[in-house]
Amino acid sequence: MTTYQLIGNGIAAFLTLCIFSFLYKDNPFYKFAERLVAGVATGYFTMLLFWTNFQDKVWQPIVHNGQYEYIIPAFLGVIMWTRFSKKWSWVSRYSIAFYIGIGSGVSITVYLYTYLFKQLQATIGVPISLGFAGVNTLVIVVAVLSALFYFFFSMPHTGVIGVLSRFGIYIIMIGFGAGFGLTVMGRVALLVQRVIFLKNYVIALVGG
Amino acid sequence: MTFLEKMMQIDRRWIYLAIGLAVIIPTIKSFNVPVTVSPEVRKIYDFVSKLKPGEYVFVCVDYDPTSMAELNPMTIAIVNQAFAGDLKVIFVTLSQFGPGMVEQITSELAEKHHKTRGQDYVFLGYRPYPAITIMALGVDFRVPFPLDYYGTPLDSLPMMSGIKNFSDVKGVIEITSGNTADFWLIYGNGRYGFPLALGITGVMSSNYYQYLQSGQLFGIIPGVKGAAEYERLVGFPGEGMEQMAYQVIAHSVIILFIILSNVAYFATGRKKSGLGGGAR
Amino acid sequence: MKREIPILLVGISGFIMFLQYFVPTDWSEELFKYSQDWVIVIGILAMPLGIWSLIRANVAKLKVPDERFYSAVLLAGFLAMVLTGLSRQSLEMGSIHMDLFTYLLIPIQATIFSLLAFFIASAAYRAFRARSVLATILLVTAFLVMLRFIPLGPFSTGNLSAVAWILSVPNMAANRAIMMGIGLGATATAIKIILGIERTYMGHD
Repeated sequence: MTTYQLIGNGIAAFLTLCIFSFLYKDNPFYKFAERLVAGVATGYFTMLLFWTNFQDKVWQPIVHNGQYEYIIPAFLGVIMWTRFSKKWSWVSRYSIAFYIGIGSGVSITVYLYTYLFKQLQATIGVPISLGFAGVNTLVIVVAVLSALFYFFFSMPHTGVIGVLSRFGIYIIMIGFGAGFGLTVMGRVALLVQRVIFLKNYVIALVGG
Repeated sequence: MTFLEKMMQIDRRWIYLAIGLAVIIPTIKSFNVPVTVSPEVRKIYDFVSKLKPGEYVFVCVDYDPTSMAELNPMTIAIVNQAFAGDLKVIFVTLSQFGPGMVEQITSELAEKHHKTRGQDYVFLGYRPYPAITIMALGVDFRVPFPLDYYGTPLDSLPMMSGIKNFSDVKGVIEITSGNTADFWLIYGNGRYGFPLALGITGVMSSNYYQYLQSGQLFGIIPGVKGAAEYERLVGFPGEGMEQMAYQVIAHSVIILFIILSNVAYFATGRKKSGLGGGAR
Repeated sequence: MKREIPILLVGISGFIMFLQYFVPTDWSEELFKYSQDWVIVIGILAMPLGIWSLIRANVAKLKVPDERFYSAVLLAGFLAMVLTGLSRQSLEMGSIHMDLFTYLLIPIQATIFSLLAFFIASAAYRAFRARSVLATILLVTAFLVMLRFIPLGPFSTGNLSAVAWILSVPNMAANRAIMMGIGLGATATAIKIILGIERTYMGHD
């Protein structure tokens, strides 16, 4: 590491320890680091938004390329700022209406396709047989139906429906257990990465 | 109060200390952990390795520093493989801190593999509203991104000549820690039908196997373990494999905690708990 | 008219964009392209709303003695990034702007989330108990998944196969059912928005 990198990583290591200090109790070092990151993150995003979004999609097309049709969405974007005024906030509803309407309209077909049709097709599309894959398919069909029945509250969960929905919640618990096991790996990875960073910094500092 | 009852009510800071010490052990003495490659990870590796030099792959880096521990290793492994195979890579990000992640990775790996921006790889940049951006990318990359991240018109980049939208790339690999995975599935693969793979955090990974089975995804890299598997396949060992020793120790400690707490729970004859009973 | 016309706009634009999916003509594709393009532009100009809210709130907090120092820290961080980001080249690696990103933002954000490892260990110890049949099923499954990391010789091979089966069969089935429910709910919400039944996005007068 160069001296500049050593200083920079030293500051990073100090801020890392400031955050870790929260594990003992809340303290001014933690609060300092927490507020600093909020400011730095906001500042970074502001400049990113300005240079790569506003410049490329608003300023350049209208001012340099003569694409005056962009004045309309630019105007709709600017009137969103009326949300800050109690008297004029209703004006922002026109912008909101435009993008909510478009967003809702395009979503219907793709939601149904992705979440329903393809999933139904995959559930019932594989033939059930006596082989391992076929038995798995049967398990999947029964498990999906049971889990769906668990969430169906329009009829009481008694009799056959009760048995199915009971099996369904067992399947859901297996899913949650798998999720928890993978979550532990994920959370530990976040900690390990910081420990590896601190280890590498100490080695660089001591080793020169 | 018996020892077990004391164990049930231990101050959580002792638990923090135990975990902290557990992850420090491998810094003193590390060890190799065997990594078995799972089929869903191998499918992505096989897909990329079967692409011919000059073919295009689209990599979406949709994460920020909060999840870089899990996702940076897999991104680096994929980009290493793509660059080593002389593939053309188009990068985009729909996460507000993603540009910083892409900049770090591309600046390091482009130099390592002697790749030139504009000829071997392109970074389109960042746009808000992922759903709308993905749909616009499907029409023409130039609709949301007339210029690349560095302000160069896409039409003046040699690599983008003749490349219009997703039908000109062989596949999309989305690396994310948030709901952009769903947006790529719904508005990307759902609308345009291109091959899509995900690199995701451990927290999310159990939620996407149904899309693998239905064919909406051709592969998943689940968390840091998936990253280690991919690094093993690619032959560029990195932080994913380095993390495995730490994961072994930390998981052992957490498993021990769970066993201890359940032993204490049953041994103290507790049938009810202030933390909730749950259905029987 | 302050609510009725926007609701009507939502209905008309939503219905048109729904129908557009089924109309494979050039003008339909142009309509789709322009609609997406314009929404992106609206979004870009709407994004600073949140930034302005944060800055305004913290400038106000400068007058409060207990909050003054921390608000000043936030504003100082913001100003540092703005002042070092006054050119497009500052967004490239090697600039002071990106060095601040690397040495300030990355370590703090990454470490804040790394605290979750401690919290999950604490939660696993204090709450993860086999109190009931359901809790036991969850516990056993989580156990098997976590055991993948521990090299246990011949047991590991069997465990890996079992976990692969768990992830691709029962876990997959559970998530499929949940996602199908979510998909139906989301579709219903989109339809309700277009029909004007769902109006919470309008806010209050």
